[in-house]
Amino acid sequence: MSVLELNSVVGGYGDTQILHGVSLRVDPGEIVVIIGPNGAGKSTAMKAVFGLLRLTGGQVLLDGTDITNTPPEQVVRKGVCYVPQTSNIFPSLTVQENLEMGAYVRDDDFTPRMREIYELFPPLAEKRRQTAGTLSGGQRQMVAMGKAMMLEPKILLLDEPSAGLSPKFRGEIFSIVKTINATGTPILMVEQNAKQALNIASRGYVLVDGKNVFEGTGRELIDDPEVAEMFLGGGKAAAPNGGKNG
Amino acid sequence: MAEFINFYLIPGVLLGSIYALGAIGITLTFGILRFANFAHGDIMTLGVYFTWSLVQFTDLHPLVVMPVAMVLTVLCSLLIDRAFYKPLRNAPVIMLVIASFGLMLMVRSVIQFFWGVQLKSVLPGIQMPMTFLDFFRISPKHIMIIVCALALMAAVHYLLTYTKIGKAMRAMADSPELARLTGIDTEKVVMATWVVGGALACAAGVFLAVDTQVETMMGFKLLLPVFAAAILGGVGRPYGAMVGGLVIGIAEEMSSYHWIGDGPLLNPGYKQGVAFVIMIAMLLWRPSGLFKGKVF
Amino acid sequence: MLDQYYGYGLYAVSLLTMGGIYAILTLGLNVQWGFTGLFNAGIAGFFGIGAYVTALLTTAPSARHIGGWEVPYVLAFAAAMVVSGIIAYAVGKVCLRLRSDYLAIATIGIAENFRLILKNETWATNGPRGVSDIPKPFESLPEPWNHISFLLMVLAIVFVIYLLLEVARKSPWGRVMTAIRENETSAKAAGKNVETYRMEGFVIGCMIMALAGAMMAHYLKFVDPNATDPLLATFIVWVMLIVGGSANNKGAILGAFLMWAVWSASEILTSRLPDELAIRTAYIRIFLIGLALQFFLQRYPQGILPETRPSADKAANPSAS
Repeated sequence: MSVLELNSVVGGYGDTQILHGVSLRVDPGEIVVIIGPNGAGKSTAMKAVFGLLRLTGGQVLLDGTDITNTPPEQVVRKGVCYVPQTSNIFPSLTVQENLEMGAYVRDDDFTPRMREIYELFPPLAEKRRQTAGTLSGGQRQMVAMGKAMMLEPKILLLDEPSAGLSPKFRGEIFSIVKTINATGTPILMVEQNAKQALNIASRGYVLVDGKNVFEGTGRELIDDPEVAEMFLGGGKAAAPNGGKNG
Repeated sequence: MAEFINFYLIPGVLLGSIYALGAIGITLTFGILRFANFAHGDIMTLGVYFTWSLVQFTDLHPLVVMPVAMVLTVLCSLLIDRAFYKPLRNAPVIMLVIASFGLMLMVRSVIQFFWGVQLKSVLPGIQMPMTFLDFFRISPKHIMIIVCALALMAAVHYLLTYTKIGKAMRAMADSPELARLTGIDTEKVVMATWVVGGALACAAGVFLAVDTQVETMMGFKLLLPVFAAAILGGVGRPYGAMVGGLVIGIAEEMSSYHWIGDGPLLNPGYKQGVAFVIMIAMLLWRPSGLFKGKVF
Repeated sequence: MLDQYYGYGLYAVSLLTMGGIYAILTLGLNVQWGFTGLFNAGIAGFFGIGAYVTALLTTAPSARHIGGWEVPYVLAFAAAMVVSGIIAYAVGKVCLRLRSDYLAIATIGIAENFRLILKNETWATNGPRGVSDIPKPFESLPEPWNHISFLLMVLAIVFVIYLLLEVARKSPWGRVMTAIRENETSAKAAGKNVETYRMEGFVIGCMIMALAGAMMAHYLKFVDPNATDPLLATFIVWVMLIVGGSANNKGAILGAFLMWAVWSASEILTSRLPDELAIRTAYIRIFLIGLALQFFLQRYPQGILPETRPSADKAANPSAS
């Protein structure tokens, strides 16, 4: 059974519909990547999983259970953790406090888990008492991901984890994503840096204008000439139509 | 020098502590609930009148009965939130501001109805100041106020730094959206905000009443300096509010010192204007405040 | 018997006059809130500016305050509006780009500090004792024509302002205002200078408020720092607008007359009570007005007369704001 399934979801914000029947799934152990031009609805599809917008059609299934339109605070308790693209840490809290907040819904002792996170992200261990807002971009992303991992989620949703990072850090982030996945957590990731993302992906989906356009393994998508032409030129996504807000 | 410290600096610190306590509540409400609570001043007044009644009833010192008054004030705050703010939680923020504006007058009218508008006192009698080291002159009640205010600020610090709910409050002040995504119980944090804000408001009011007197407009008169302190310190930054309050209190008292020549630098009738000018200056120069709070 | 009716008649005239003055105030607030989406908590200040400017200009010379040049009414009204406009411009330059909360705090600060100035600078304003013996238009006419003429003047002003604002609302300028209020980012993207429009709304609103203040000063023939009392000059106007209908000029006028009638009538009712109780009931009345405001905010935020859009907009946007 898939960990996460979206079946023909339809929805948007207010009067604007963005998703016109998107389907995808994430199976145990996978890294699944969503790519596509600006305005394709990639981030929106992810937000739909987390209950951040109203779906008017279709289903979201977590381990087979319907969680369509469940509010975010409950989705998190069911084991889905989401790292938004921006504002994904608490800047005035220390690194340690950010991780503690990540574990907010846990009643048990999460110190072992915190140790694991520090092992996963050594730079955070040294800076644990530092205010998160003073860290570099790459380190902030680590805090954001570590925080999300505190709940040992069934699946991790990452919205453009490499956005705004220098090329050096981008590589680091992707290798971190791989490491997290290696610990057993499936990952659904939206990315603009399509090539690097597909390189570590098990499978990928290409969305355009809120609809599925391509689907395949990471390798298949990289090798596909059409996908390559549209999205993989120099690692940057070239939007076929004028860019709109994603 | 002695005159400067005893008649300007110490009163400034005293006033500043009062402002600081009020400002912490305002900055938390601003940061977590995202609106300027105009009713905060009159909540302070309410706390004072609860204290006054308790003093009348028990014949105890106002600072002794204050904890009970704080509980009563907090209960009123929570009730107000439930009845008037919660229904507007998802409405545009300006509706909450208008509602709080209305509540300001409603709370005041309730106070005026039940207690009347004559001046009252919680600590009658004049206290002789004590002299220390042949230099400092300060009355016992002022010492008590400053000590209590510092104790309360320390308690707030402890809450915010070492407790789960305190950290959740700071987290939510940083980003309510992320707090929600993280699974933080936002209604619980909101309640905690009213509890802390209400308790501190009561204390601020009572300290002012102990220092001066009890009257129905006293909270409203504190409102502007308290807002100014919160903005100065950075909205949503409780430690900023503490610093902001002290700065404004000291500045206000210092403004009537004879820096140049014989007379006060600023006509004491305009003391209230000092806080206002500082606030406008901050809004022009650095709206995020000294400690980089929110600008919205 | 006839005397009683005469008394009722005079009462009705005074009710309508005050209602009319408040209608002018509320229309001014509507420009700022309904049109432009600005929360002005310092109405009292601009009201007071209008009152004092006209008072100081039209009175006879006096040792107690400045001015006293016995300026003709129309000029004095114009001056009141101009001074208010200038101060509004200065305030706006500082505060308008910030969020509404900050504007609210700043404007209430302005009003309160203005009151301080009125109280402290006694050489200019005669301090807490206020400016008295203000001349009143038509006062040389015999009773009751003096009151009636004044009333007609106020109502005429209400009517003219209403017409001008309606024209403005339906004009391209008005549409831009609505667009800015609803979606600032797209208005900016369309190339509109949002700050300028906001400033225009703010200044015009303050000028209208000053005119109301001027009317009040002449009506009462007296003005003192309490004219800038936050309760009667700010809060009640907000209630009038919210209850009557924000963003609707008819609603503003309706709210003004309605709330003033309620306020006045409740005053009469409670004045029948023995003195002891009568004072206390003033507070109940305030509490109830506040409660009415909360009720409308929660249930009918649009007010009795909700906003109506100019027809072209209606076709494009069938849903009201």
